[in-house]
Amino acid sequence: MPIPKVGLPIDEGLPLLFELGSPGAGAASIRRSDVPEIDRRRAIGAEFLADDAPDLPAVGELDLVRHYTRLSHRLFSVDGNFYPLGSCTMKYNPRVNETAAAMPGFADLHPYQDERDVQGILELLHRLRTDLEEISGLAEVTLQPSAGAAGEMTGLMIINAYHRSRGENRTKVLTPDSAHGTNPATCAVCGRSASTVKSRPDGRVDLDDLRAQVDENTAALMITNPNTVGVFDEQIAEIAKIVHAKGAELYLDGANMNALLGIARPGAFGVDVMHFNTHKTFSTPHGGGGPGAGPVGVAKHLKPFLPTPQVIRRDDGSFGWSDEREHSIGKVRSFYGQTGVLIRAYAYIRSIGSDGLLNVSRKAVLAANYLAARLKDRFDMPFPPPYAHEFIMVPRVAGTGVTELDIAKRLIDHGFHPPTMSWPIAHCLMIEPTETESLATLDAFADAMLAIADEIDAAPETVKTAPHTMPVKRMDEVTASRKPNVRWK
Amino acid sequence: MSAPTDRRYSDSHEWFKVDGDLVTVGISQYAADELTDITYVDLPVVGATIDAGAEIGEIESVKATSELITAVGGEIIEVNAALADTPEKVNEDAFESGWMLKIKTTDLAPLEKLKDATAYDAHCATN
Repeated sequence: MPIPKVGLPIDEGLPLLFELGSPGAGAASIRRSDVPEIDRRRAIGAEFLADDAPDLPAVGELDLVRHYTRLSHRLFSVDGNFYPLGSCTMKYNPRVNETAAAMPGFADLHPYQDERDVQGILELLHRLRTDLEEISGLAEVTLQPSAGAAGEMTGLMIINAYHRSRGENRTKVLTPDSAHGTNPATCAVCGRSASTVKSRPDGRVDLDDLRAQVDENTAALMITNPNTVGVFDEQIAEIAKIVHAKGAELYLDGANMNALLGIARPGAFGVDVMHFNTHKTFSTPHGGGGPGAGPVGVAKHLKPFLPTPQVIRRDDGSFGWSDEREHSIGKVRSFYGQTGVLIRAYAYIRSIGSDGLLNVSRKAVLAANYLAARLKDRFDMPFPPPYAHEFIMVPRVAGTGVTELDIAKRLIDHGFHPPTMSWPIAHCLMIEPTETESLATLDAFADAMLAIADEIDAAPETVKTAPHTMPVKRMDEVTASRKPNVRWK
Repeated sequence: MSAPTDRRYSDSHEWFKVDGDLVTVGISQYAADELTDITYVDLPVVGATIDAGAEIGEIESVKATSELITAVGGEIIEVNAALADTPEKVNEDAFESGWMLKIKTTDLAPLEKLKDATAYDAHCATN
């Protein structure tokens, strides 16, 4: 066993918890039980008992606290640094969201409590539902789906149920090649085949290709607008018309709603179903892949197919659940949905108000276009401006051997999280500043990118061997993938 | 590196080399370089019957996951078993030891629509 290091300089590697343990130490003391002990061998059966106690480290409370505190200091988060991860909307999560979610009237509830005792949370959910209906311009919203991807699946299930109710079994779903990556996966999960619609060189949907592909077997077009190359497709109303003419539905992936709040309502440009990503648009935590919430909104003709139960306001002004829904696809999430996340989304919407939401999108769009304007002379911009809330650029690296990965690693030395790389087009960087960054931060980031652009020409090795300031440099991702070793010993 | 002239190429970067009614399939060196270090190759089982245009495998690298699409249909006669333990062979020599599978086919016609080496190299240069 390696000798545990105790007084660690902060730039050194941390020992594992397993390396810190020493016999006799510990952070928990369990009181003697007032229930008489029983013989485990008789109660469980000797053959089922382990021979040895589990080999868990015994670590004192202070060492435990220090271990996790040190780890937390190494976390890279939007609370510490700028995080321009394109397509992910890494905006600041206001503290008031946490205050709201921690209120005992929300935090201490149990899902089996009687409706009369939980009117507060029911009212909040109903208000959030109504707010999202107004923001989207759609007839009704369900808060059940517990992530954006779950929202997509719910949306497509609703579309399938709608077609079935008309005696049709449409098996094809179209997605533009600028669509969000989860869309084809959703099609597969819902038993539909995904076909790709081409884009024009300027990133908009090729309407001729759409017309050629949409037919009586098409269940829906799943579109992301603004799309993943960062442009808003102004043809969206025409796209809706083409899709609807063949009896297909228009699904909007709401991943990029941060560009549209208060500016454009999907229901008004022909969308039949959409999902929201609360962690992107409404400042709920991104978490480690969860928990999430992916509310789904539908146009009027799809209301009978929404999941149940739905939170409603009764005639007497009280709030409750309703299971009445003619063709409901059923329940897609237990209990009330991801309530803790939904409270945060509501707190965000209400604390900034409708003017605030409009301001969010205006600033997000302005910030992206400002960065693009500052960088356009040193990076190639494959799609013409103006951009929505994010943009794509391709570094000029010909003959240097530098890749987009190297640039991403070098940005770490400047204190910035790397942008999204190599997607949706080869060798690109996708940058989304969000509305929450100051002009000073945007300028510092642009300065860093321009400095790296100089370095690519003057000192490419410095870029290729980055990061230079981190305790761990380049990871051996290849060996980790080819010969994964997931055990400590 | 120029593509060998003894085979045909799809726009999605697979190569197809014909020997009688046997077609060997792999991905081009350009595709392997773009994917960077390949970590896993998922291939179909020997004996399976596949359609032309079908997705028959998956290639994972540290950077991306890519589909393997066949231009010809038929029966899978052999897969390159060495790739299970040494997927890096695809990066090292995509056109020879990095081959992926062999298909016995009755219809070579789809290959006529594919590119020859010159046209394929031009296709890569414009990417």
